[in-house]
Amino acid sequence: MSVAEPFAIRRPFSVGMAAILALVCGFAAFQLVESGGTLFASATVLFWLFSWRLTAGLANLETRQRALAFVRDLAVPAIFGATLIVLWELIVRGLKVPPILLPPPSEIAATFVASGHILWADFVQTVLKAVLAGYVLGCGAGFLVALIVDRSPFLRRGLLPIGNLVSALPIVGVAPIMVMWFGFDWPSKAAVVIVMTFFPMLVNTVAGLSAAGAMERDLMRTYGASHGQSLMKLRLPAAMPFVFNALKINTTLALIGAIVAEFFGTPIVGMGFRISAEIGRMNTPMVWAEITVAALVGSLAYGLVALLERRVTFWHPSMRR
Amino acid sequence: MQPSRTANALLAEPGAAIGYRGPVRRFARRAVEGRAFPVAVVCAVILVVWYLAAIFMNWQTETEKLARAGDYTTGQAISATWSAERPVLPAPHQIVAEIYKTTVDVRPTSPRSLLFHAWVTLSSTFLGFVIGSALGMVLAIGILYSRTLDKSLMPWIITSQTIPILAIAPMIIVVLNSIGVSGLLPKAFISTYLSFFPVTVGMVKGLRSPDRMLVDLMRTYSAGPLKTLLKLRLPASMPFLFTSMKIAIAAALVGAIVGELPTGAQGGLGTRLLAGSYYGQTIQIWSALITAAVMAGVLVWAVGLVERAVLARSGGRL
Repeated sequence: MSVAEPFAIRRPFSVGMAAILALVCGFAAFQLVESGGTLFASATVLFWLFSWRLTAGLANLETRQRALAFVRDLAVPAIFGATLIVLWELIVRGLKVPPILLPPPSEIAATFVASGHILWADFVQTVLKAVLAGYVLGCGAGFLVALIVDRSPFLRRGLLPIGNLVSALPIVGVAPIMVMWFGFDWPSKAAVVIVMTFFPMLVNTVAGLSAAGAMERDLMRTYGASHGQSLMKLRLPAAMPFVFNALKINTTLALIGAIVAEFFGTPIVGMGFRISAEIGRMNTPMVWAEITVAALVGSLAYGLVALLERRVTFWHPSMRR
Repeated sequence: MQPSRTANALLAEPGAAIGYRGPVRRFARRAVEGRAFPVAVVCAVILVVWYLAAIFMNWQTETEKLARAGDYTTGQAISATWSAERPVLPAPHQIVAEIYKTTVDVRPTSPRSLLFHAWVTLSSTFLGFVIGSALGMVLAIGILYSRTLDKSLMPWIITSQTIPILAIAPMIIVVLNSIGVSGLLPKAFISTYLSFFPVTVGMVKGLRSPDRMLVDLMRTYSAGPLKTLLKLRLPASMPFLFTSMKIAIAAALVGAIVGELPTGAQGGLGTRLLAGSYYGQTIQIWSALITAAVMAGVLVWAVGLVERAVLARSGGRL
């Protein structure tokens, strides 16, 4: 292998060839999808095989250049995902699966575009009102209570086992109670989200506050630092990886809490309401469009928190490249 | 358990050891420094706050009821808030009484029995958890040995954890019902789906946890991939596997409960929650909720027991 060569490809030809063959077979399968038959089936299977070959070929590329490795690590899952979606489309349309059972991705995309205003209204109701309010309040309350608990070893020993236990409980079950207490609109959903996000934050922050090593703590003592000073300069920064862990867990929990709470009674807007109402009408493409929104929101929120984590805990060993 | 910090701080100061009693009166110190006493105190405080909250939250409706019947004293009002038929917040003893009534006094096979509903939920939780864990382990081994799977599938598995998967639970139930699959399987399917992700991620981490030296040692013994898997990687992955199985079984229970929401009258704790919320039966909701909580605790504890047994057999630290 020469130094100038970016990739050490054992069979560079086969990767390019697999890409072209996969494209051709995929195209052929799309042309044949209406007629069906063995020709269509073989085109689909060939598409799958070549696409798998392409993914495998790309995944096994060795490279020393960081940028190329980054592109490869992004391309492999992207191609894998695209393959799955194309196969889904081909199989559903080729085998004429009833759309109630599983609509083809193209139909979901069409519904997504056509009913954008409904999806947006649901997004505002569920995510911007219920999830956001609940997430901020729940995480904030968990964090503050953790700071108080941390001052008292007695409370720490008393509350932490209970917090750990509660974190494992099916807390979504409080949804009907919250709907009864706070009414059908978004405050009841925010309340469910608060309860769900509070305990992971509490447990993680308390654990994080004891993460600073004894040496560093002794150093702060020798500096004559007060509780507040050693909290701000040492223990809170050291706790940040734990806090962000809770923030990440909570993004998913908050969405689940708000959506499931809407199954117990809502005004006629909201993602959970839409899902249960459209299932009743057997309008599955709309349900899938709503699930797409939920998936996008979930992964974007997670990505945002992860990005923030990189900025705040840049010093942590797990952030080293 | 980590040593108490107050004791360390005392010893760290000059002359602090003077008059230090050491392990004398260990029982009294354990009572103060151990966990049982603080937990008991916190639980007692929660109970007291609960009873007080029950007074305040039920005060308005109950005093109105009493006022219609005639004069009442404060004591009567308080006892009314603790024994209301449809309270805003039921008192703990009402929930305990309801659970006792629906478990001991009713035949376990009757649909009014909480045991019946708990069993319905538990069976789909178990089925889903077992299938999901098995699937997760197989997939983890596949990811370990196939670079293609690792590079292509693993990012999607991690991304899928950020997606509120539970939102599709009702759809799966209704869709599977419409093609004639009903009863245990659709709910178990949701539990499978929820429990398989944490197991896969944890198991992959565990299978990769043995360090280079140990893998090289296996190679010097001329052990093949299968031998390395069986004798090194699988035992090393056990702590990771059990940690993620604890998460998985809790998730499977949540999945089973949410999966019962749209099915209507087929039974299960989720059905109890939904029926209670339709008919304003708060005590029923709370008793189903407490039962679900106890079940989650017992399930996680049971996984912990198996973990201890397995780790003890493999000579690990407890």
